[in-house]
Amino acid sequence: MALSDLFSRRRKEHAESEAGAPDAPVHPTKVLARFIAGLSARSQPVLLDLGPVVGSNVSFFGEELGCKIIVEDLSKDIDRHVRDGLLDQFPAFLMKRFPQESGSIDGILCWDVFDYLDKKSATPLANQLVRMLRPDGVLLAFFGTAEPPPGLKPEYTRHIVVDKLNLQHRSYAAARAKQRPLKNRDIQLLFEPLRIVEQFLLKTNLREILLRKAPEPASTAPVSPSV
Amino acid sequence: MWKRDEAVKPTNGLPATPATAASTQPVSGPAAVQPDARRIERDIVNIGKSVVIKGELNGSEDLTIEGHVEGRIELKDHVLTIGPNGKIKAQVFAKAVIVLGEVNGNVTASEKVDIRDGGSVDGDIISPRVAIAEGAHFRGSVDMQRKGAQPGQGQQKASSSPLPEKSQTSMAASTQATAAAH
Repeated sequence: MALSDLFSRRRKEHAESEAGAPDAPVHPTKVLARFIAGLSARSQPVLLDLGPVVGSNVSFFGEELGCKIIVEDLSKDIDRHVRDGLLDQFPAFLMKRFPQESGSIDGILCWDVFDYLDKKSATPLANQLVRMLRPDGVLLAFFGTAEPPPGLKPEYTRHIVVDKLNLQHRSYAAARAKQRPLKNRDIQLLFEPLRIVEQFLLKTNLREILLRKAPEPASTAPVSPSV
Repeated sequence: MWKRDEAVKPTNGLPATPATAASTQPVSGPAAVQPDARRIERDIVNIGKSVVIKGELNGSEDLTIEGHVEGRIELKDHVLTIGPNGKIKAQVFAKAVIVLGEVNGNVTASEKVDIRDGGSVDGDIISPRVAIAEGAHFRGSVDMQRKGAQPGQGQQKASSSPLPEKSQTSMAASTQATAAAH
């Protein structure tokens, strides 16, 4: 075996151990590269990640964007409310969940968290995200388009960034199953006044959406006449 | 080639150049190594399980904490390791921080923060390199400032053009370096 083969094999093994289980499926993503592109012009943007903490993702976004990342794992909150039988209080909890100031976040990674929420909870969460997002900020979200098969063990998905075009999906136990998929119109209404700028329906029955908050209107201060 | 190899091949399991070895190594070989080992032991200081410190902790050597510390820890040029039994409720400043225990407070490292499996951090991290193992707990924010970026530079050039080519190249290089280090 050539020495270069040995090195490439070692690199591959290393990448697998970095990403977690080597057999977890890797899916292409269309919207992640656009999400990054939407933030790359900003210096030290602030990112909010609603998924579970993934060390390699933190490194990836940190190095790609030089950003500050705030991790707020909502799956733990969902699990806790399910375990305690307090799901009816979850919408009110979400209204107070985020201490971040309004307009302080440049990019939000929702991943597929909305799939696990009913409409009552999805609305306050979306309102909070819209509030926190800075003008011209971007929000990435995934939505399942197929009804979850009955009897399926509830699972969350940990999205691990392999590169800008690929995500590894690693499942782990959840206390709540995915809820009924939201329709396209529901998603639009949920995030108003954000505008859907990219939308892809993947073969995996996953709808990838990139939303953007309208930029602040340009200042209308009168230009002093040149002498 | 073969003849040259045979020429230096040790015979009867003895070193190839016993005379040289004898001349470079003093008779009391193991004893000469001991001071080095002692020095290394001395350079890594431990705070044991039963120790509770409230206040400010400053140091100029690597430190491993297995006990409880509340307040502020500052090891600017050294490595701080919070052992599996360590419980920290403090602001931490060090060159590198390795967390196997619990940290409640903000962590600032000039080189790297490494939260290992079973480690827990509740607080904000500022470090150019951050590694969070699967099985680690983290709640807070991570600020990985790019090399050369001024902390206050912030959002001033928010709507300006993308990064210059040179800085993108340097980031690619640092990405590889981090991946290799993990």
